[in-house]
Amino acid sequence: MSAFVGLDAVTRQWNGRGGVANVTLDIPEGDFVAVLGPSGCGKSTLLRLISGLELPQSGSVRIAGRDVTHLPASQRALSMVFQSYALFPHLSVRENVSFGMKVRKVSKPERAEKFAEAVEMLSLQGLEARKPAELSGGQRQRVALARAVVSGHPLCLMDEPLSNLDAKLRHSVRREIKALQRKLGLTVIYVTHDQTEAMSLSDTVVLMREGRVEQADSPATLYAHPASTFAAEFIGDPPMAMIDGDALGQGGVTVGIRPEHIAALQPDADDLTGRVGDVEFLGAHTHVVVDHPATRGLIVSAPGHADWRPGDEIGLRIPEEHRVLFDAGTGRAKENPQKNYGADHRQTAPRDSRKAPQPQPVSD
Amino acid sequence: MRNKLATGTVKEMGTAAFMRRRRAVHGWLLLTPALVMLSTFAFYPSLATLWTSAFSRGTRRNPSEFVGLENYQRLFDDPTFWTVVGNNIFYAAVTIPVSIVIALAMALWANAKIPARSFVRTAYFTPTVLPMIAAGNLWLFFYTPGFGVLDQIGALFGAPSINWLGQPETALWAVCIVTIWKESGFFMIFYLAALQTIPPDLKEAAEIEGASRWTYLRRIVLPLLMPTTLFILVNALINSVKLIDHIFILTKGGPSDASMLILYYIWENAFAFFDAPAAAAMTVMVLAVLGVVAAIQFFVIDRRTHYR
Repeated sequence: MSAFVGLDAVTRQWNGRGGVANVTLDIPEGDFVAVLGPSGCGKSTLLRLISGLELPQSGSVRIAGRDVTHLPASQRALSMVFQSYALFPHLSVRENVSFGMKVRKVSKPERAEKFAEAVEMLSLQGLEARKPAELSGGQRQRVALARAVVSGHPLCLMDEPLSNLDAKLRHSVRREIKALQRKLGLTVIYVTHDQTEAMSLSDTVVLMREGRVEQADSPATLYAHPASTFAAEFIGDPPMAMIDGDALGQGGVTVGIRPEHIAALQPDADDLTGRVGDVEFLGAHTHVVVDHPATRGLIVSAPGHADWRPGDEIGLRIPEEHRVLFDAGTGRAKENPQKNYGADHRQTAPRDSRKAPQPQPVSD
Repeated sequence: MRNKLATGTVKEMGTAAFMRRRRAVHGWLLLTPALVMLSTFAFYPSLATLWTSAFSRGTRRNPSEFVGLENYQRLFDDPTFWTVVGNNIFYAAVTIPVSIVIALAMALWANAKIPARSFVRTAYFTPTVLPMIAAGNLWLFFYTPGFGVLDQIGALFGAPSINWLGQPETALWAVCIVTIWKESGFFMIFYLAALQTIPPDLKEAAEIEGASRWTYLRRIVLPLLMPTTLFILVNALINSVKLIDHIFILTKGGPSDASMLILYYIWENAFAFFDAPAAAAMTVMVLAVLGVVAAIQFFVIDRRTHYR
């Protein structure tokens, strides 16, 4: 199956800095792809390059088998949802949603029909005549989505669409976006800096760092088999702990371990002995922050209430089967022949971590 | 017991009334500065003008007496008055739309990503900073027949010398051009400020929807600039009556009243012919017309304007 959206060695930088450098990426049709990364990593630039709002200095962009590298945004058959929603303040909801169809000279009855469909789909009933200023944040967001829906384009780009909403609303809109994507069989590329959003929504997460793709994998693979210490320490809350391999008798490597896989024991019956630095009780589980000179971000996630006090000596078991090994020098994950997950930073080759992506069923 | 209660109520009512009066006094005190200023410099002169316009011109032999609307009648019978009114309508009809269109074009240009953007902005704004009298002198030099800049350029192409300010056919046009030159830079600043409040996202959203630059300008930018346009329109209209400084330098209303504007005519009547009643009557009419036009602008166009 060939990629629906393909980037080939795309570079766009400003005076040799920022932006994206030499990014190659393939996105199958019907996939929900989250582009994740810290601020300034080039994720928005990546989206703008796909949209055509920004043109690459080198490399090429393909959409649906067409080379669109030099096509303007309007001819790429895609829609975009902006962080600010970019609704036209002087136009009503109806005019905002119909603007693109009017520009593309869609006939009046068809316009009305598509608008009615979108209103139904996004529950905008009764708001048709309102101006954006008279809408709540969530409603504005839905109008922006409706604008993408009526365009009928198979590819939808979203630039941090939830960051202007409050936490409660974010959750429900997140589900709405996912449902919409399934229903319409859209290919969505979704830029976010919120890993919870990225992990919960997407089929594939593209993790970016300093203008390059660090790892592109399914959320499960990304979580269990990070390709580098950067990926390991970016994903997860709290993220993976890093332990100097020498402390565990493994030379030349850094050992990564998820907090939930560390078992806390009495000292002397363990792999590692540290001192409790802090204890955070979170209800379902307790985070025990452990200080140890050979570790970074060592936190034990114990179920329920754990009876540790700051200053206590604590023994930790780091189970062999959950250790992720990284090269101590480069920070890249080491090949692990027993678990051939394809967790490497493979960007163009098909992933063997899961079956080839199918277009989403339209039934639900 | 009962008595005591009654006195208490009375006392309370007295307090409430006192409080209310105190609030009223407070309110009037706050109004006073503006009221004094407006009364002295706006209300009283307007009323005095209206009053003067209803009396005849007093001379030593004939003291002024109440004549009702006679001064107005005299103006309506005066062909010069109608020439002046026609001139002023022409002046407004040319300078207002042309300076607004030029201002908008310059603002769009100065707002785009062009090299030496701040230089362009400064250059466009310079005429506004210049006093009108200085601008008048500058343009007098441009227009002067023989050695003026316009004639010198014309001479290069073999064009005959033209006395732009000295002939009735071109004098008013020449005055209009100075006004446009002076005003469009000023209006551009307002447009430029308004353009910068339009978020760039809107352009990108329109671009993705397939709107051409012209569609974006017509359907998005111009409607969003409407409040600014209305503001500029009111200002331009007021200026078309008010801005006459350069006439003192350039033409003094001539030749044969070809470039005479209403305010200059009022000034001439009041301070050259010492016909205060005629000047007062004209002032009253100008005030009435401007008031009506402003009302139309605010009530009719306002309703169709989007404010953010």
